[in-house]
Amino acid sequence: MAAPLPPRPKVSPLERRKSLTGWAFLLPASLLILWLSFWPMIQAAILSLQTGRGTRLSFAEPLWSNYTRLLEDETFKLTLQNTFIYLVIQVPLMLVMALILANLLNNPNLRFKSMWRTAIFLPSAVGLVSYALVFRTMFANDGLVNDMLMGLGLIDSPVNWLGQTGTARFVLVLGLLWRWTGYNMIFYLAALQTVDRSTIEAAKIDGASSAKAFWYVTVPQLKPMILLTAILSTNGTLQLFDESYALTAGGPANTSMTISHYLYMVSFRNSPNFGYASAISYVILIIVAALAVVQLKVGDKRD
Amino acid sequence: MQSVAGYVFLTLAAVASVFPLYFMVVSATNSSNEVLASKLLPGTHLLENFRTLVGAQPLGVALWYSALIAVGTTILALAVTSVAGYGFEVFHTKAKDRFMGFLLLGIMIPFAATMIPLFRMFGDLGLVNSWIAVVLPAISTPFLVMLFRQASRSFPHEIIEAARIDGLKELQIFLRIYVPTMRPTFAAAAVITFMAAWNNFLWPKVILVNNDVQTLPMLLTNIQAGYVTDYGMLMLAVLIASLPAMLVFLALQKSFAQGITGAIK
Repeated sequence: MAAPLPPRPKVSPLERRKSLTGWAFLLPASLLILWLSFWPMIQAAILSLQTGRGTRLSFAEPLWSNYTRLLEDETFKLTLQNTFIYLVIQVPLMLVMALILANLLNNPNLRFKSMWRTAIFLPSAVGLVSYALVFRTMFANDGLVNDMLMGLGLIDSPVNWLGQTGTARFVLVLGLLWRWTGYNMIFYLAALQTVDRSTIEAAKIDGASSAKAFWYVTVPQLKPMILLTAILSTNGTLQLFDESYALTAGGPANTSMTISHYLYMVSFRNSPNFGYASAISYVILIIVAALAVVQLKVGDKRD
Repeated sequence: MQSVAGYVFLTLAAVASVFPLYFMVVSATNSSNEVLASKLLPGTHLLENFRTLVGAQPLGVALWYSALIAVGTTILALAVTSVAGYGFEVFHTKAKDRFMGFLLLGIMIPFAATMIPLFRMFGDLGLVNSWIAVVLPAISTPFLVMLFRQASRSFPHEIIEAARIDGLKELQIFLRIYVPTMRPTFAAAAVITFMAAWNNFLWPKVILVNNDVQTLPMLLTNIQAGYVTDYGMLMLAVLIASLPAMLVFLALQKSFAQGITGAIK
């Protein structure tokens, strides 16, 4: 049985013209997004089913052979694993530090507020390649960090920071924390402006310590922003390229290389293979989407 | 006591944040050997480093293209996305809301997944090695559209009605009333876009295949790729590459924070 249709609202010619004007306002931005994001995404899906060199591409036999090839690609597995190591260590650490810093800066009695804020945000204004090269210089074998650690007597001989797997990954994570913590702090600071201070005061009057009031009263109110920054950071970390390329050059032996760096190598270095590269790019796309869905679900549940 | 711990933590964070930048600035004035000897005071090699840099690398070319790309992207992005954000809010209907929700899914599309088709598309258009190919994909992002849409919520609709009664055209209302009132949002969007475009590395590196056209981050990695790295010269190049974006940020810092706050309210 069909439900009765709701009465159609009367649309006056004036209303219709207004609505058309509205669509005209949306048109340029929407067309650009459809043309330069959605359409290439569809094309990449088709490409990921094709093989061949350069422009001579044909559909693979069987169609999914690029994807089965991934399962035997040791470099693919290694770079995917590296990327997840960065994600799991760096994103939670960074977001917690950013939250603590934002909360400290939000204290109305804090002195020199804008000085602290500017200093801590400043790394976010530096380009990724730029800071990667500064860190590379500082962590060179005969560089500043080794000199300082030896001067303090903490190490006897220089550490080959970028030449060993563990330390190279460590320097990369350190760089990420340095570059992005202040950036996320600004978002939390903005969100804290919308938190009602009286709720925090009330908790304190009821005997909650500052830490408890922060955790049980402030943090829940920041949940939408925490969710947004978690999704943005996850997305960014999964697409990490500049640091892998300029700071560690993926080394040693690809053990600090990210998946996007590997994608670049397969796409544009050695003998480019667009079909196989597109399959790799789709793995990134699927992981980004899946993690975003998981985060949204988790974010919803805690309501 | 909580505040003492707070100040200690803030001091540590601030020093850790600023120190690598200080190292970059002083190293730009020191010779390569002095940098490796961990000299942390300003030196006298600034001019020499500059001469070495200009002699070895096309600094002027990279500066010009970086500026052209960053300024071009920022102007076009602000124009296109602010109009769209305003449109979604002011003329909103169910259909437009649904369409907006669809476009927002675009935030989830990683650039990695569009890079290869984009490279082929711009190849077909004969735009490989052109700065236009660098600018175009960066103009319209769902994130900026959302930023302007959210910010537009606080823009009083009665003003728009009043202006319509006064006989202003829709575009005039946008340009004469909306743009001046929403300055902080424009500043925030400009900072985000300019810094992203100025510092973008992967896409310019992919699409600018010929060294005649290159951006500063590309030039930086070319210095690094050399056989022996002149660290003083490298740090000067890094400093030159970092300054413009940092100055833009410092100049617009206040409006940036206001704009972000306005957008999330």
